[in-house]
Amino acid sequence: MHIIVPMKQIPDLVEELEVDSEGTDIDREYLKFVSNEYDEQALEEALLIKESTGAEITVVGLDEEDIDQTLYTAIAKGADKAVKLTGTGDGWVDTHTRADILASWLSGQSFDLILTGVQAVDDLDGQLATLLGARLGIPHAAVVVEVQPKDDKVTVRQEFSAGMAIEQEISLPAIVGIQAARQAPRYAPITRIRQAMQSGGLEEVAANTESAGSGLSIRRLYLPEKAGHAEMIDGSPEDVADKILELIRSKGLLK
Amino acid sequence: MSNDILVLAENPGGELADTTFELLGKAKELASSLGGQVIAALFGTPELAQNLGAADVVITMEHPSLAHYNPEAYEKALTKVVQERQPRLVLLATTTLGLDLAAALSVTWDAPLVSYVVGLDIEGSTIVATAQIYGGKLMAETAIEADKGICTVIAGSFSADLGKSTGSPNIEQMDPPSELDNEKISCVNLSRPEAGGIDITTADMLVSVGRGIQSEDNLEIVQELADAMGVPLSSSRPIIDQGWLPKPHQVGKSGLKVKPKVYLMFGISGAPEHLEGMRDAELIIACNTDESAPIFDVAHYGTTVDLFDLVPALVDKVQG
Ligand SMILES: Cc1cc2nc3c(=O)[nH]c(=O)nc-3n(C[C@H](O)[C@H](O)[C@H](O)COP(=O)(O)OP(=O)(O)OC[C@H]3O[C@@H](n4cnc5c(N)ncnc54)[C@H](O)[C@@H]3O)c2cc1C
Ligand SMILES: Nc1ncnc2c1ncn2[C@@H]1O[C@H](COP(=O)(O)O)[C@@H](O)[C@H]1O
Repeated sequence: MHIIVPMKQIPDLVEELEVDSEGTDIDREYLKFVSNEYDEQALEEALLIKESTGAEITVVGLDEEDIDQTLYTAIAKGADKAVKLTGTGDGWVDTHTRADILASWLSGQSFDLILTGVQAVDDLDGQLATLLGARLGIPHAAVVVEVQPKDDKVTVRQEFSAGMAIEQEISLPAIVGIQAARQAPRYAPITRIRQAMQSGGLEEVAANTESAGSGLSIRRLYLPEKAGHAEMIDGSPEDVADKILELIRSKGLLK
Repeated sequence: MSNDILVLAENPGGELADTTFELLGKAKELASSLGGQVIAALFGTPELAQNLGAADVVITMEHPSLAHYNPEAYEKALTKVVQERQPRLVLLATTTLGLDLAAALSVTWDAPLVSYVVGLDIEGSTIVATAQIYGGKLMAETAIEADKGICTVIAGSFSADLGKSTGSPNIEQMDPPSELDNEKISCVNLSRPEAGGIDITTADMLVSVGRGIQSEDNLEIVQELADAMGVPLSSSRPIIDQGWLPKPHQVGKSGLKVKPKVYLMFGISGAPEHLEGMRDAELIIACNTDESAPIFDVAHYGTTVDLFDLVPALVDKVQG
């Protein structure tokens, strides 16, 4: 079985996001970019399948800030091959364009399963798994928390609200959007990541960037106008604790 | 192209979802200013059509593959409905169904999609959707300039009241698409949570913890606080995905909806998926070291004191 895991870089949300002078994109200059956490979940699920079936894993990313780090880390964790699609520009790539770029590259690949994250925080025009699935004309399912291969099928567990879940059996090739892997993503030892970087081997392929795009026009990107804001409690931890307990008691709790 | 607004009625557990009524309410408003009709598409459970009184038309479709949610069968069914009716706008919720179907429909129907929508307006003949992105840290005002579009809407963005209004919609049965008999996906099992064990939905108060706690070992301090207060410990999703707490502790979109008198939270950023599960709590008190965390727009009281200082102080005081 050959599993392909597309991976994407997103801004680290721990940092302050600023809107650029045109007001339609974020200011990327000083931002730190990290691997999309749901793609890491997808990679973990792929690694678990590799462990049980001997599957082969290829990770693929667009040439985005610090993508090398993400791809080499995937290799250090156990992916067999990493591909970087170059020439995709510096700014935000909408998901429709991303799906077209990936679909074009995938048309020259043979694969059984594509696992990707259920979403990324900047997926304004939709989520990759289903977009790509529909583009490629292969069955797809998202919000999945478990993938179990069996012959030429996989059984996936798709999560709904309030704890309901549906198991779907899907014929391969297929694409699945992973919400969470069966276990928390593993860590790759720094030494292994360094080793992977030193031995190189990242395959670079020029991307085909032809795409009709998302069909949306972003008029304005802005900080939310606050409908309300919490009343902030300042002071020492002891003062804040006193005030919090007073609030809780005002609700008739804790006596 | 029409000026109709089409809403996909969601019924994954056999009951209509709250979000369906929120969408119907907004659809009514948009349709009346555009001069179109509200169409609800309902797959697999025709008996629920009577609850969709806010719509002008309910299109039902039945087929063994539509009895339970099946991404492939639903995609084909929904594509058929929109191709026949050519609505101006299709509304889905940002639920599992929405995440699964909207982007695919955007390909099969060749229409632009805006996801994470929290606001919808009409300017002239353009539909303007406002979306919440980057985990709620930024808003994007987006114009759908095409003559058709799709939006997935975050739960709680619109009031359900108008969508619950009664009426007598025309119920039209549509034949399932012919390609519905050869699915590559089949639903093999539907499971619901087992009864018993902890129930965070009935507690008067919850202590809730998020990724700010950093490690499984640190969880001990918030557990100690919850125990001292005599209330259950709940959490955001990453804590569950790490395997640090079992699933019945999860608050949010893919967890449980809670409405306690007090929701005391530590190290949770306030992503839309979490807010969906707790924003109706009577008193929300949030501790987060990031003063720009979205949770402070929803919490009633907040503090940026470090949870590793605050939690022990609370434990000391509660234990007296
Ligand atoms: C389909 C889908 C369904 C989802 N369902 C759910 C769901 O049901 N429930 C849910 O919760 N999420 C859900 N999510 C995930 C959601 O999008 C967020 O990723 C998640 O809620 C983030 O959890 P968090 O706030 O604990 O972590 P983070 O967003 O990482 O926030 C951690 C916070 O801790 C703060 N912090 C760090 N250190 C400290 C300290 N020492 N003291 C105080 N504060 C500190 C940080 O400032 C930060 O704001 C879902 C996502 C998807 C795609
Ligand atoms: N989700 C997003 N995050 C950051 N920038 C965005 C996002 N959506 C759109 N943009 C930016 O908005 C501008 C207009 O986008 P578009 O109309 O899709 O060409 C471009 O500069 C994009 O980089």
